[in-house]
Amino acid sequence: METIIILHIILVFMIIGSLITVEIRNMLSAVISVGAVGFALSLAFLFLDAPDIAITQVIVEILSLVILIRATIKVDNVAIEKREHILSDRTALIFVGMILVFAWFAFQSLPTFGEPSMRVSEYYLMNGLREVGATNFVTSVILDYRAYDTLGEAMVLFTSISGAFVILRRWKKEQDKDFLRIDREH
Amino acid sequence: MDKHTGMTPIVKMITKVLCGLMLVFGAFIVAYGHITPGGGFPGGVMIALVYILITLAYGRVIVERKVSGITASVVDDIGALIFWSVGMIGLFVGGSYLFNFLGKGNPFHILSAGTIIINNIAITLKVGMCLYAIFLALSILQRVVIDEPKEGEE
Amino acid sequence: MTLYFLDFVLLVIGIYALVAKRHIVKKILGVAIMEYSVNLFLILIGFKKAGVAPILTKDMNLVTFIKTAVDPLPQALVLTSIVIGLGTLALMVSIAIRLYERYGTFDMHEINRLRG
Repeated sequence: METIIILHIILVFMIIGSLITVEIRNMLSAVISVGAVGFALSLAFLFLDAPDIAITQVIVEILSLVILIRATIKVDNVAIEKREHILSDRTALIFVGMILVFAWFAFQSLPTFGEPSMRVSEYYLMNGLREVGATNFVTSVILDYRAYDTLGEAMVLFTSISGAFVILRRWKKEQDKDFLRIDREH
Repeated sequence: MDKHTGMTPIVKMITKVLCGLMLVFGAFIVAYGHITPGGGFPGGVMIALVYILITLAYGRVIVERKVSGITASVVDDIGALIFWSVGMIGLFVGGSYLFNFLGKGNPFHILSAGTIIINNIAITLKVGMCLYAIFLALSILQRVVIDEPKEGEE
Repeated sequence: MTLYFLDFVLLVIGIYALVAKRHIVKKILGVAIMEYSVNLFLILIGFKKAGVAPILTKDMNLVTFIKTAVDPLPQALVLTSIVIGLGTLALMVSIAIRLYERYGTFDMHEINRLRG
């Protein structure tokens, strides 16, 4: 029972943190509070009996904080002073309010919290040790029963990194320098 | 060591001490991925973080002598090729792609569960070097505000 | 049930940041918040009250483990999703840096006006 109360507290903390992220003007503070939301999420994963996911979330959160701070700290940090257009602001709020009202009705038809219908996972849990031999059932799912998804994920990562390389390439006017060499002029 | 680039000497000294420990811990998370929580993905990101820490503490010039962007790309491709070839061998041996063809072994032993450990190492190489290369690409655009050593020095 | 609803409030905050803000880095942070919310929702669906993590230890009976283990399938999906989210974030940040170099501002309305 106290796990549920702790999860409520963590979720309220995450909501407050994301509200601060969205509304604050200084960009560095926004990046830091999205980092706080990510670490609170890792704590929530730990209370939900998912230690694999908690480790991955902490490490990925650190790396995404490094990348985001790179985007905000090396350029002139000009806060945007102009007010957003009033009509778009209030219209967005009305729409999200309507989404929340309809979501409340949609959540009545989900299974009750705490009693999942594990129709596929029954097979994985009963035959996992015998067929695969690994005692970490999450690893045996991602690398034996569903290894295609892991291959697809490696492909997606490869594609996004190639895309980032192509976007960040710099063209020199005098000669076509390879973008991985050290740039001495700038 | 170059006095111009990087951060203060305290940060450099702590980085020197911590890097070996972090690499060993990342290798531990990968190697025991089928017994304890972890696996290929957090281990790979951890190894990328080690190189990023060295890049932040010592400057980009010194790290690119050891592990340049080309090396990272090549290791990345080797990881992807290992994953693909394990699948192909499984196709010829067992009849379906990515078939688990090595033996089961005893549970709780490091050499159990067939090809899972080879796949874990392949994913570590791929994810780790991939993320390090993207960090190198992002850091090339920075405006250098400290004097850079002239050509011929260092 | 209220946990699902609070999680959905987090998603809606992310959608609001993506739609109604002008600064492009705020939009990227909105996408990150939406990713947190969706991953949390998947793990919440697979939770079992008074359950154990799906990792077998030496002193555990196999039959009771099967009865009380948490669902391992959403955890496998979320593991993939977290790493893909990192790759997407790197791509978005590189696009933002390139836009800043080209137009000199992070403001989306200015960029729409200046385009070309």
